[in-house]
Amino acid sequence: MSAGPPHRGGGATAISPDAAHANGRGKMSERAEFRSYYGRAIIKEPVWTWEIPWYFFTGGLTGASSALAAAARIAGHDSLARRATLTASAMTFVNPVLLVMDLGRPARFLNMLRMFKVTSPMSVGSWILSVHGGVATVAGLSEVAGRAPRTGVAADVAAGALGTILATYTALLVSDTAVPVWHEARRELPFVFAGGAMASAGAAAAIVTPVADAGPARRLTAVGAVIELGVAQLMEHRLGELGEPYGEGQVHKLKLAAGALTGAGVLATLTAGRRSRAAAIAGGAATLAGAVCERWAIFKAGFVSARDPKYTVKPQRRRLEERGESGGARPAGPSRSGAESRPGTGAGAVDA
Amino acid sequence: MSSAEVTVIETPAWPDTYGSDAKPRVGFFTDTSICIGCKACEVACKEWNGVPATSYEFTGHSYDNTGDLGADTWRHVAFVEQRLPVGGVAEGAPDSFVAEAHRQEVLERSGIEAERDGEGMRWLMASDVCKHCTHAACLEVCPTGSLFRTEFGTVVVQQDICNGCGYCVPACPFGVLDRRDGDGRVWKCTLCYDRLGDELEPACAKACPTKSIQFGEHDELRARAQERVERLRADGLAEARLYGEDPGDGVGGAGAFFLLLDEPEVYGLPPDPVDTTRDLGEMWKAAGLAAGAIAAGVLASFAGGSR
Repeated sequence: MSAGPPHRGGGATAISPDAAHANGRGKMSERAEFRSYYGRAIIKEPVWTWEIPWYFFTGGLTGASSALAAAARIAGHDSLARRATLTASAMTFVNPVLLVMDLGRPARFLNMLRMFKVTSPMSVGSWILSVHGGVATVAGLSEVAGRAPRTGVAADVAAGALGTILATYTALLVSDTAVPVWHEARRELPFVFAGGAMASAGAAAAIVTPVADAGPARRLTAVGAVIELGVAQLMEHRLGELGEPYGEGQVHKLKLAAGALTGAGVLATLTAGRRSRAAAIAGGAATLAGAVCERWAIFKAGFVSARDPKYTVKPQRRRLEERGESGGARPAGPSRSGAESRPGTGAGAVDA
Repeated sequence: MSSAEVTVIETPAWPDTYGSDAKPRVGFFTDTSICIGCKACEVACKEWNGVPATSYEFTGHSYDNTGDLGADTWRHVAFVEQRLPVGGVAEGAPDSFVAEAHRQEVLERSGIEAERDGEGMRWLMASDVCKHCTHAACLEVCPTGSLFRTEFGTVVVQQDICNGCGYCVPACPFGVLDRRDGDGRVWKCTLCYDRLGDELEPACAKACPTKSIQFGEHDELRARAQERVERLRADGLAEARLYGEDPGDGVGGAGAFFLLLDEPEVYGLPPDPVDTTRDLGEMWKAAGLAAGAIAAGVLASFAGGSR
C-alpha cells in the first residue's frame, strides 16, 4: 500500500484551522469534527516493510509449533512431536533473516543484543528469539540425529515454554507505539496473535503428519482459529471509531480474505481432512494463508491509523474533555510538583 | 533562578545515573506569540548539524514548504492563517469598533507578533522541535540503547549504534523521529549536544531574531513561561496557553515546551500526548495471558487422543 497524500479524506475528515474557526464562530456546538494542521499526520507511519507482517506470522508459527511439540512429547505422541519439532527448528532460521532484512543497517543486527532492556519489547523479543532459536535448534538436531533423546525432550519443553511468548510478544511490538489502532487494542492483540499462532502451528502439523496421528493438530487449528477470528472481532468492536481502518479499502479486503481462508481451512481440516491427506493439506494451506492475511490486515491498519490525524486528535481531545481540560490551556497558576517516578521506564536497562 | 513553585523535573535516568557528572537539565521554551516565521531556526539547524536538504516541494500550506519534523528536519516552522480577531473578542461582534479598539490595545500591550494583517486575519507561526520528553517513548523502546538520556537531561540518538530498527518512529507521540533515506538510521534534534558541551546555546536559539526560541535551564525556562503566559492573559490574550510544560501530562512534561495561541492540533501537535510505554505492564500481562492460552490450547488438544 502506498502512502496517500496528506490531504486524504478532504473536508469530511480534515478541516483547516480556518474552516474550524468559521464553524466555531457560528455555532460552537457544531464542532463535532476535529481540527488539524492542513490535515497532515501528527504521528509518523512506521518504516517497517513486508518482512515484519511475515515475521508476525512465522514467529507465531515457530513459537506455537514448539509449544505443540512440547505438549506432544508430554502426551507421548511421538509422530506429531517429531514433525512439530522439525517445523519449529526449521522456521527458527527464517525469523532472524526477516528481522535483519528489515533493519535500516542490517550489518548492525548484533546491536540488538547489546542490552537487555525491559522497557523495549523489541529488545526482550530479540533475546527470546535468540534463546528460543538455540533451544529449538538443539531439539531439532537431537530429533534428526536420533541422539541424546533426553536432552531433546528437555529442549522441546524449554522451546515450547519460550515459544508461547515468542508467538505473543510480537503483538507488543505494535501495541507499544503511538499508533491508535494498535495501542488501543493492546489487550486484544496478543490473543489475536496467539490464536493465529495456534491455528498456524496446527495447520502446519496437519499438513506434514499422517491423518491418523494428526487429531490434536486438527483440534489446535480449530481452537486457534476461533480465538483468532473471535478476538479480532472483539478488538474491532472495542476500538469503535478507531477501528475504522479495518472496514476500509485494502485492509478490509485482507480481513475478508483472512476470515474466508481460515474458515474454509478449518472446515476442510475438520471434515475431509480427517480422512484424506490431500484435504488436510488443502485445509492447512488455507488456514496458514488466513493467518498471513490477518497479520497483514493488522499491519496495514496501523499505517492508515497513523496517516490520518483524526485518529490521533479525536480520542485525545475526548480524553481532555473528560478531564475537563482543553489541551495545554491549563490555568497559569502554580504548577504541580515534579513527575512521579514510575516503574518500567528507561532506567530499567542493563548492559548485556 | 526559578521561582519557588517551579521544581526540577527529573527523568528516569537523569540526574541519577550521572551522579556528580550530571549537568542542569536544559530545554527550549518556544514562545510562538513572538515568532515571525523567518525560518532562521530551520536554516541554522541544518547548517550547524549538517542535516541534508529536503525536497523542494510546494505544499500550498501558507508559507510552510517544510511540512513536518523528520530525519532531515529538526526544526519546523508551522504557518496557520485564521480569520480570527486576536485577543478573545466577544462573540458575534468581531468587526465592531469596540472589538477593533480592544484588538489594537491587546496588540500594543502584549507586543505579540502573531497578528499583522488588519482585516481580522490572524497569523499563527510556531517553530516545532523534538520535545526531549521526561518520559521519552523513543528512548524506552529503543532496543539497542542508541537513544539515550544525556547528562543535560536531553534525548539523543547515538549514530554509531543505531541499526535502523525503526521502533522509535511510530513510538513517538509527536511524530518527531524518522529514518533517513539512503542512510538507514534514525535522526532527530540533539538539542545541539555538541554545542552544549562547549557551553554554547543551540543553533536555532542562537539564530532566532525575536527570542521566540529561548534556550536555558529547564526549571528557569518553566518559570519564565509561567510569567509570560500570565502576562499575556492579563493583557487580554485569553487564548494564550502553555503546551508541554506540565509534568502531569502524558510524557511527564517536555524538555522543549511551547506557548501557543490556539489548540495544539491546530499547529500539528497532539492535544494529549502519551508515552505509551507507561502501559507496558498491562501489555506484558496481556501477552503473558495469551502465552498461557497457547500452552492451555496445545495441552487441551491432546485430550482426545490421536484421532
